Amino acid sequence: MWDYTEKVMDHFLNPRNVGAIANPDAVGEVGNIVCGDAMKLYLKVDPKTKTIQDAKFQTFGCASAIASASALTELLKGKTLEEASRLTNQDIANFLGELPEEKMHCSVMGSEAFQAAMKNLAKSRPDWNVPVIEVVEEGEDRIVCHCFDVTEAEIRNVIRSNHLTTVEQVTYYTKAGGGCGGCKDEIQLILDDILGKASPKSGADGTTVPLTNLQKIALIQDVFDSIIRDGLKADGGDAELVDIAGDTVMVRLTGKCAGCASALQTLKHWVEAKLREKVSAAINVVEVK
Amino acid sequence: MLVYVDNNATTCVAREVFEAMVPFLTDQYGNPSSAHPFGGSASKIIVSSRENLAELLGCDADELIFTSCGTESDSTAILSALATQQNRRKIVTTAVEHPAVLKVCKRLQQQGYRVEYLPVDKHGRLNLADVDNAIDDETALVSVMWANNEIGNVYPVEMIAEIAHARGALFHTDAVQAVGKVKIDLSSTAIDFLSLSGHKLHAPKGVGALYVRRFTPYWSFLTGGHQERGQRAGTENVASIAGLGMAALLARENMEVEQTYVKGLRDRMEAGLLATCPDPAVNGDVEHRLPNTSSICFKYIEGEAILLRLYQAGGICASSGSACTSGSLEPSHVLRAMGLDYRMLHGSIRFSFSRYNTEQDVDVILEKTPPIIKALREMSPFGH
Repeated sequence: MWDYTEKVMDHFLNPRNVGAIANPDAVGEVGNIVCGDAMKLYLKVDPKTKTIQDAKFQTFGCASAIASASALTELLKGKTLEEASRLTNQDIANFLGELPEEKMHCSVMGSEAFQAAMKNLAKSRPDWNVPVIEVVEEGEDRIVCHCFDVTEAEIRNVIRSNHLTTVEQVTYYTKAGGGCGGCKDEIQLILDDILGKASPKSGADGTTVPLTNLQKIALIQDVFDSIIRDGLKADGGDAELVDIAGDTVMVRLTGKCAGCASALQTLKHWVEAKLREKVSAAINVVEVK
Repeated sequence: MLVYVDNNATTCVAREVFEAMVPFLTDQYGNPSSAHPFGGSASKIIVSSRENLAELLGCDADELIFTSCGTESDSTAILSALATQQNRRKIVTTAVEHPAVLKVCKRLQQQGYRVEYLPVDKHGRLNLADVDNAIDDETALVSVMWANNEIGNVYPVEMIAEIAHARGALFHTDAVQAVGKVKIDLSSTAIDFLSLSGHKLHAPKGVGALYVRRFTPYWSFLTGGHQERGQRAGTENVASIAGLGMAALLARENMEVEQTYVKGLRDRMEAGLLATCPDPAVNGDVEHRLPNTSSICFKYIEGEAILLRLYQAGGICASSGSACTSGSLEPSHVLRAMGLDYRMLHGSIRFSFSRYNTEQDVDVILEKTPPIIKALREMSPFGH
């Protein structure tokens, strides 16, 4: 049972501005039914004053998702586009008093729906000079969390605007990493990058020139055959390089390492660490049995 | 007003159970292991509780070990089967087990054991041919729940136990949801281990039991003192064991009531909701289901929102397999294993009755639920 504030419960039980607007000036849609929450935001804007006259929503989601959408529409109504463009997910959470940290992704869904609506408006009214904050840099539109379809750009935005420092927090705010958990290492790398600890884009010797796929595979093979296998053999074990897909390196432990209780530790703390050090910080090693 | 229909989560402590416990929480606080007669009444109540529970399960009293909960019973059975057959390093279980079994299996996999998770069909049913194929000469244990907590499916555990034995494997069943709701007669089965939990049958939380068939090899999980004939160390939870004994007695007396009265409440509610709510679907195998459980999916809406509105509108306490209620971000592993349509997956509600529910409870549910489903549907961006 979540500990919701009275205001969250009020906006959940008596949501304001539910429904669609006929002939809206802008529509913003985020989320999808597979992931368990989705929101559609409709805006009506006064063409003279560029003020949001009306905002309505439809939401599929839990109590805090509905309350966040209701809060968003209340925050938007009466604001000029300029004023509204400064809205963050934290404003939604503050409006509601507080959201449980695990539910902060609901407030993020609200602010993302609004950003989507602003982009939609910028397209349909190019002459209005709609303030759209284009935050996506090249390569950042790639999906990091495949369970919940979360892109690197979304993760970076949320980390920056909410001053997040842990993977767990990123999961609370974006859901990324909350499914199979396979992208947690990658989220850590993004965090490290933003917090200035390391650069996931820099290669082995500090170069920022990305390796081609072929170069990367050759380098992985090389590091694997020399350093890694030698190291394992010293302990009576061995390993086999099964396949490489993107940054994922599939390894089968053999010899004494196969079935060893600390096999996972060996893979993550030694094999993966070595490959990250020598090839790329984005390398993820998985065991194949 | 409270309409408590979440009895698969926990049940109220029966009045008789509470009264059976009080002496052991007040005057008769002796330790059953003490040599002096003051501890004697505590040790006598443990004997009679064990006999009551044995009668409910159709086994001998000395085949029962009191534990702290269903989870402890599950862990003990699984680890025992591996410890006593070290040449066999495989477990066969199902994709729809309770986490008390699944998480133990996942941990064992990390330690090098092989685990096979049997799939289920869209109604949550197992295919016996899959069971047969999965069990090999390496298999130490087959663990299949008697009844599923979320959808109420009852599995053919007696038959699966026979298949396991034919391959020389032991068989465990997590019967936490079945005990007290369906008739169990262990004397006529090949089951080696059975786990149960007190608080699912009107005893308090914090007490459970493990049945270990006579001559089944056993390794104790908790070691130390000689309690439970050296099979489970730790000073007995005397009051709760007294409560569980009384709960077992009451369950035996009320076994018919589950199949008639409780089932009647469930069926009337289910038929009523199916007739009045938009796009509902019943989850599970309606032919082989616990008499008290109804899991229903409502399309295009989310479970937590339904639950909180049910509570606000009528004090209705149910549960949901949606992600938001579980504290995780993924919906129920059971519904996912069934391959449920993603438009339904997030809107599942489980109603689970007990003999303490009334016809009036059903009336409240039937009155309050349809408007909530309709209101949330109207709010949803989907399904228009």
